[in-house]
Amino acid sequence: MIKVSGLTKDYGARRAINNLNFDAQQGEIVGFLGPNGAGKTTTMRILTGYMPPTDGEAIVAGYDVVEESLEVRKRVGYLPETVPLYTDMVVFDYLKFMGDLRSIPDVEDRVDEVLDMVGLSDRSDGYIGNLSKGMRQRVGLAQALIHRPEVLILDEPTIGLDPGQVVEVRKLIRDIGKDRTVLLSTHLLNEAQNICDRVLIINKGKIVAEDTTENLQARLIGAERVILRVRGDGDELAKTIKAVKGVQGVETKEDGAVEFEFTSGKDVRPEVAKQVIKAGYDLLELRPLGMSLEEIFLELTGSDSKKK
Amino acid sequence: MKNIWTIAKREFDNYFNSPIAYVVAFAILFPVGIIFSIIMFSSSQQSSFGGPAPTPDALTNWFVILLIFFSPAVTMRLLSDEARMGTLELLLTAPVRDFELVAGKWLGAFLFILLLILVTLTFPIIMDNFVEPGIDMKVLFSSYVGVILVSAALIGLGVGISAIFTNQFAAFFVTFVLFFFLWILVGVPAGFLEKGGEVFRYLSINTHFFETMNRGTINIGDIVYFLSLTALGLFVGTTAIEIRRWR
Ligand SMILES: Nc1ncnc2c1ncn2[C@@H]1O[C@H](COP(=O)(O)OP(=O)(O)O)[C@@H](O)[C@H]1O
Ligand SMILES: [Mg+2]
Repeated sequence: MIKVSGLTKDYGARRAINNLNFDAQQGEIVGFLGPNGAGKTTTMRILTGYMPPTDGEAIVAGYDVVEESLEVRKRVGYLPETVPLYTDMVVFDYLKFMGDLRSIPDVEDRVDEVLDMVGLSDRSDGYIGNLSKGMRQRVGLAQALIHRPEVLILDEPTIGLDPGQVVEVRKLIRDIGKDRTVLLSTHLLNEAQNICDRVLIINKGKIVAEDTTENLQARLIGAERVILRVRGDGDELAKTIKAVKGVQGVETKEDGAVEFEFTSGKDVRPEVAKQVIKAGYDLLELRPLGMSLEEIFLELTGSDSKKK
Repeated sequence: MKNIWTIAKREFDNYFNSPIAYVVAFAILFPVGIIFSIIMFSSSQQSSFGGPAPTPDALTNWFVILLIFFSPAVTMRLLSDEARMGTLELLLTAPVRDFELVAGKWLGAFLFILLLILVTLTFPIIMDNFVEPGIDMKVLFSSYVGVILVSAALIGLGVGISAIFTNQFAAFFVTFVLFFFLWILVGVPAGFLEKGGEVFRYLSINTHFFETMNRGTINIGDIVYFLSLTALGLFVGTTAIEIRRWR
């Protein structure tokens, strides 16, 4: 659905994005994660046909963004970063206008439908200028959805919303993303973790990591660390665990819990659980301790000395 | 082509939400109405002495002069404001060609001015009912064709300039200076240059409207002049949008 190769964009002498390569499949929600100025908006503007790249190629919904820009634009829904809207227009009229630009048949029915999807049916007759930030965000989403696009590109869709609204919008995006390709950008790690199937981490115009949220953690550590807790204190617990094949780095904590590691892909947790129970302990907790995305992010984008 | 109409319609409707549009309508229609009253009053005084019947060309003459002053306010924000508000980003990522966007903006503003022109048409109609044997329909026709062509050209240039700027006041100022130039300033070198004065004379709105169409003569050359200015404005606008994309 989205295929990007060697994508590069210069603003004058400044290189905003440098040789990006990635793709996104149908039904996949891909997160574009990076700090401000990383090049997220620039990339999205190229993918939506707003501006051409300096170099490289991008295929969206089967069409080249430069050569067949209009075809791409017909198939993409876009929510720009600042959610630009005509504040002096009525919500319904605005969506009808955007629908007309996309030649939607029975546009008025479709406007009612998308208003219902984003939960704004009761604001249909109100002026956009009178809506709260969260509601405007939803008008922007409605506008992006009106033509049933194959690909949805959302630039920081939850920025500036209050926590309740963030939860709502995230849920909406997850629902929408079930049957189409969604590329969304964010500078919030928990947001990427929360909504996305896969994350591309971008910094200073380059993709520094790309994987599923879980794999990304695993890849950085190379091993997965687990904490295990039993009822009472288990003096012999560490020994029992050490005896299981594949267990490494066993460490007993002050509170009696035991931490250990295993190589990614060779999950020893079922065997450890069995042995612990066999040894007569009441197993209370067996939980992965994976690095938080925050730590991963620092690791990947931070100073070279920290990089592995 | 449907896109042009969609954009034009939104723009036209939008004028009725905009205080500037009402100010401009008033600033054009009110003086034209005053002039109409003066003509009617003075001709009713004179007609008792067998003076000439009133003619409508003074109305169209003043309409165009007022248009030169006030139409920049109608076109200034057409594209500059879209760029300032960021809404241009959504138009440029909708399946709309850059030319369709510019032409749609032009059409919306042109229809608004056309509405004002339609309103002023009531004055000659009233005039026609008061004078015997009626006003000169040939002059009325050619001067209104002229007014419509001038409007198309001024709006075209205004849209083109609006696409260049992000600040609507900058767009207003540049548009106004250009109109003033085409109206009066080009006539200055035309007056004293022995060679090449013709070129300047050709560029002037005076040559193509005030001295011709507003006096009852329609030349193909005049029509070409105004249509060329319109096309030039739309071309500049489209190019400015394209350049915006490449930046
Ligand atoms: N229109 C522009 N002109 C010049 N530089 C720009 C422009 N837009 C963005 N940049 C620069 O390009 C880089 C990437 O910006 P952007 O794509 O907006 O990043 P992000 O969306 O990740 O915050 C930044 O250094 C920014 O200053
Ligand atoms: Mg951005």
